[in-house]
Amino acid sequence: MLNTVDLFEDDRPEGSDGADQMGQFVTGELDLSHGVALYLEDITVSFDGFKALNNLNLAINAGELRCIIGPNGAGKTTMMDVITGKTRPDSGKAFFGQSIDLTRLTEPEIAHVGIGRKFQKPTIFEQHTVFENLELTMKTDKRVWKSLMAWLAGDERDKIAETLRLIRLDKEADRQAGLLSHGQKQWLEIGMLLIQEPKLLLLDEPVAGMTDDETMRTGELFVSLAGKHSLVVVEHDMAFVEKLGGLVTVLHEGSVLAEGDLATVQNDQRVIEVYLGR
Amino acid sequence: MRKPLTIRILSALDKKSWLALGVFLALALVVAPVLHLNFPEDSALHVSTYAITLIGKIMCYALVAVAMDLIWGCGGILSLGHGLFFALGCYAFGMYLMRQIGRDGSYGADLPDFMVFLDWKELPWFWVGSDSFGWVAFLVMAVPAVVAFVFGYFAFRSRIKGVYFSIITLALTYAAMLLFFRNETGFGGNNGFTDFKRVLGYTITSSETRLVLFGLTAVMLAVTLVFAAWLVKSKFGRVLTAIRDAESRVMFIGYNPLWYKLTIWVISAVLCGIAGALYVPQVGIINPSEMSPGNSIEIAIWVAVGGRGTLIGPIIGAFVVNLAKSWFTVSFPEYWLFFLSLLFIVVTLMLPQGLVGLWKKLMDKKGAAAC
Amino acid sequence: MGIINMAHGELLMVGAYATYGMQTLFRAYFPDAIDWYPPAAIPVAFFAAALVGVVMERTVIRWLYGRTLETLLATWGLSLVLIQSARVLFGAQNVEVSNPSWMSGGIEVMPNLILPWNRIIIVGFAMFVLFLVRVLMNKTRLGMFVRAVTQNRAMAGCVGVPTSRIDTMAFALGAGIAGLGGVALSQISNVGPDMGQGYIVDSFMVVVGGVGQLAGAVWAALGLGIFSKLLEGCAGAVIAKISILVCIIIFIQKRPQGIFALKGRFVE
Repeated sequence: MLNTVDLFEDDRPEGSDGADQMGQFVTGELDLSHGVALYLEDITVSFDGFKALNNLNLAINAGELRCIIGPNGAGKTTMMDVITGKTRPDSGKAFFGQSIDLTRLTEPEIAHVGIGRKFQKPTIFEQHTVFENLELTMKTDKRVWKSLMAWLAGDERDKIAETLRLIRLDKEADRQAGLLSHGQKQWLEIGMLLIQEPKLLLLDEPVAGMTDDETMRTGELFVSLAGKHSLVVVEHDMAFVEKLGGLVTVLHEGSVLAEGDLATVQNDQRVIEVYLGR
Repeated sequence: MRKPLTIRILSALDKKSWLALGVFLALALVVAPVLHLNFPEDSALHVSTYAITLIGKIMCYALVAVAMDLIWGCGGILSLGHGLFFALGCYAFGMYLMRQIGRDGSYGADLPDFMVFLDWKELPWFWVGSDSFGWVAFLVMAVPAVVAFVFGYFAFRSRIKGVYFSIITLALTYAAMLLFFRNETGFGGNNGFTDFKRVLGYTITSSETRLVLFGLTAVMLAVTLVFAAWLVKSKFGRVLTAIRDAESRVMFIGYNPLWYKLTIWVISAVLCGIAGALYVPQVGIINPSEMSPGNSIEIAIWVAVGGRGTLIGPIIGAFVVNLAKSWFTVSFPEYWLFFLSLLFIVVTLMLPQGLVGLWKKLMDKKGAAAC
Repeated sequence: MGIINMAHGELLMVGAYATYGMQTLFRAYFPDAIDWYPPAAIPVAFFAAALVGVVMERTVIRWLYGRTLETLLATWGLSLVLIQSARVLFGAQNVEVSNPSWMSGGIEVMPNLILPWNRIIIVGFAMFVLFLVRVLMNKTRLGMFVRAVTQNRAMAGCVGVPTSRIDTMAFALGAGIAGLGGVALSQISNVGPDMGQGYIVDSFMVVVGGVGQLAGAVWAALGLGIFSKLLEGCAGAVIAKISILVCIIIFIQKRPQGIFALKGRFVE
C-alpha cells in the first residue's frame, strides 16, 4: 500500500532550480558524503537568561529515523526552531550535510535546501482547499514571477492526486482545509511535507489527536520513508516511538541526557529520574 | 505545459462578470457621453457635467479601493498610507498640468505661478522634463513604485506586521504631508496645484475633454479589475492569502514572503498613482491635505464597507460612501462626519464582510470570496 | 490591552474643554476664586474623560478585543464623533483658557532663560500622576487584576476576575488620565476641536516604546519630546517633525517590538 518512496523520488537533476533571483537562495548543495545529514554542535539558546538549549550536540545520519523524547521544557521545539532558522542560536554550529551552515540561512532558504517541518499544532492554510494546500507546498520554483505565471501541468496534477490518495483525503480535495477534523489536518500536513520532497523531515508530535488506526498508518508511512529521507520525530507516545524503532534521544534541560534504542533508554536510571521526578 | 495568455486572462472572471463588465463599459463609453452631449440641460435624460465629474472622481476612488483591497483583503496588510501614493500620482501629473498652463497664469510667466510668487528664477531639478507627457506618465507610476519599494523592502524585511505596519504607513503619509506643506519643497505648499488650463493641448474644462477623461477612467477601472481578478486567481494570489493566514508556515515551505508582499505592495501603489493621475485633471486641484492620515483611513473604510477580499466590494464601497458624502455635504454638512464615523463603527462591529458579505448572507450564497 | 486608541487625542480635548467649562463656571459664579479653577477642573476633567471612555468602551471597543486592526479603524471613527461633537457644542473656533495669576510669570534662572511657572507646575503634576498610576498598577488589587487580564484574559476569567468590569475600569482610567493631560495642555496651548489631531504622532510613541509597556511609553515620549525640541531649535518645526517621523520609521525597522520588548519563546 505504501509505495511512497518511488512516488517522491526526486528525478530532476539536483540544483537545476536553485538559480537566484534578487539574491535569494544562494545556498550550497547538499553533501551527504560522510553519511551525516544533520549535525548540531554545542548549540546554546537562551531567553532572558533561561537556557532553552544548553550545549546541545546531535548528529542525524542520512536515511536515519530518530525519535526525540523528553519532558516538557526540555528544548525539543526550540531545537526544531534552530534547525529551521526560526531561532538563531547564541552559540554553536548547525550543519545540514557537510557544507550547508543552517545558522546563516533564512527560513525559506532552509526549506529550499530540503528541510521540511511539521508543527506541533497542525498549521495548514485553513482558507484554502485541501488541493490548494498541496499545490502551494509542492516542490517547484517558488519565486514571485514563476508563481504569477504558474499553471498546473498534467504531471503536477497527478502528483497531487496521488498524494491525496496516500493521505486518504482524495474525497475532500475541494473542501476548505479549515473544516477538516483534527486527525485529517494532521494527515494533510504530513501530505504537504511529503509533496515538498525534503531530504530531512522534522515532525513535532505527528500523531497527537489521531485515532489508533491512523497512528498505525502514520508509523508505517514513516518507516517506509526512512532510508531515502532522514526523519526526526518528536513524540510523547511511547507506543508509537516503539513502533518506529530506531534510535531514541532523550533531551533534558536543553541538552542530551541519553541516547540509544528505546529499551536501553527506558532502563537508564537518569531518564527514569527525570520522568518520575526526584 | 504553458497556457496562452488570452486563455489565462479570460479565465480570470466568469461569464456573468464579463457580461457585467461589458455593460459597465457600454454605459460609461457610449450611454453617458450620448446623454451628456445630445440632450438639452432641462431634459430628464440629460447627464449633467456635475454628475460626470462626480462619477469620474468616484471611479478614481474605486480604483484606489481595489488597490487597497489587493494589499489588505488579499494580503492581510492594512496600509494607512495609500493616500500618499494616490497623492504622489496626483502631484506627478499635476506638474505636467502646471506646465501646460504656459504663460496663461496670472503672472504670465514661463514658470508656474507659485514659483514666481516665491521669486524662483528657474525650475527645480525634479521639474525637469515635466512638460513632456510621456515622462510624466512614467513618473506617475515610477514615483509611487520607488517610494513603495524602498519603504516596503525595509518594513517587510524587518517583518513588521499588523498594527505596527499600519501605524508606520500612517507616519509615512503624515511626514510626507508636512513636507509638501512647505513652500520650499517645490510643490506649491499649502495651495498645491490648481487653475489648470489644458491637457495635451485640449481645454481641460470642455465637455469633450471631460468625457474622454471619464471614459479613460472607466477603462482603467475595468482593466484593473480584470488584472486584479487574474492576480488573485493565480498561484501568486494563493500564496499571498497563505501568507496572510499563516506567514511562518509559508516560510517553512520555502516561499520568501518578503518578495511576495513587496510585489503586491508595489503593484497596489502604482495603481494608486495611476488613479491619482486620472483624478487631478477631473477635479482640478491637488494640495497636501490629500495626504492627511484621515484620507488614507477613509480608503480603508471604503474597502471595509464594500467587503474586503471581494474585489467588487471595494468598488461598491467607494461608490456608496462617496455618493453619501456628496449628498450629505450638500444637505447636512454638520452631520457628514457623524455619518462617516458611524459607518466606521458599524462596519467594523457588525459587518466584517461588508455589503457584499451581507448580500451573500441574505441570498444565502456560500462564500465565493475572491481571495 | 491590544487596543490602539486613535481617539486618545480627543480624550485630551475632552479634558481641555472640561477645564474651559470650569473656567466659565467660576467666572460666572465665583469671580473671586477664579484663580483656583484649575484645581477644581482636575477632578471634573478626569471624570468627564473617564465617562467618555466608559461609553466608548461599553459601546464599541468591548466587541473588538483581540482585533487590533479593527480597533484602529473604529477608534478613528470615535475620534471623528468627538471632534464633530466639540465643533457643534463649542463652535469650530479655539476657545480661550487663561492661566490663573499664580501660574503666570516664571523663575528667572539666567538672564535670558525664564522657566515659566505654568510649565514647572505641569511637569510636577505629570510626575505626580505617573507616580499614582505606578502605585495603582503595582500595589493595588485593581492593578493586579488589570495586569492579569492583559496577560491572559481567559485564565483571569476562570479564576474569578470580572474581566469585562476590569476592562471598562482600565479603559476609564486611561481615558481619565488623558483628561488630566487635557487640563495641563489647556494651560499652555490652544483649546479647540482639532487639538487632539495634533497628537496622532503621539500614538507612534507608544509603538516606539512598545505596546503595553508603561515605562517604554514614558521614555519614548520623553526622548522624542526632547529630541524634537532640540531639532526644532536648529532646523525649524516642520523639518524637526519630519525627521522625527523618519527616525521612528527607521527605529521600528530595527526593533519592531519597541525599546522595552518582551522577550522569550512566546513572542511571535
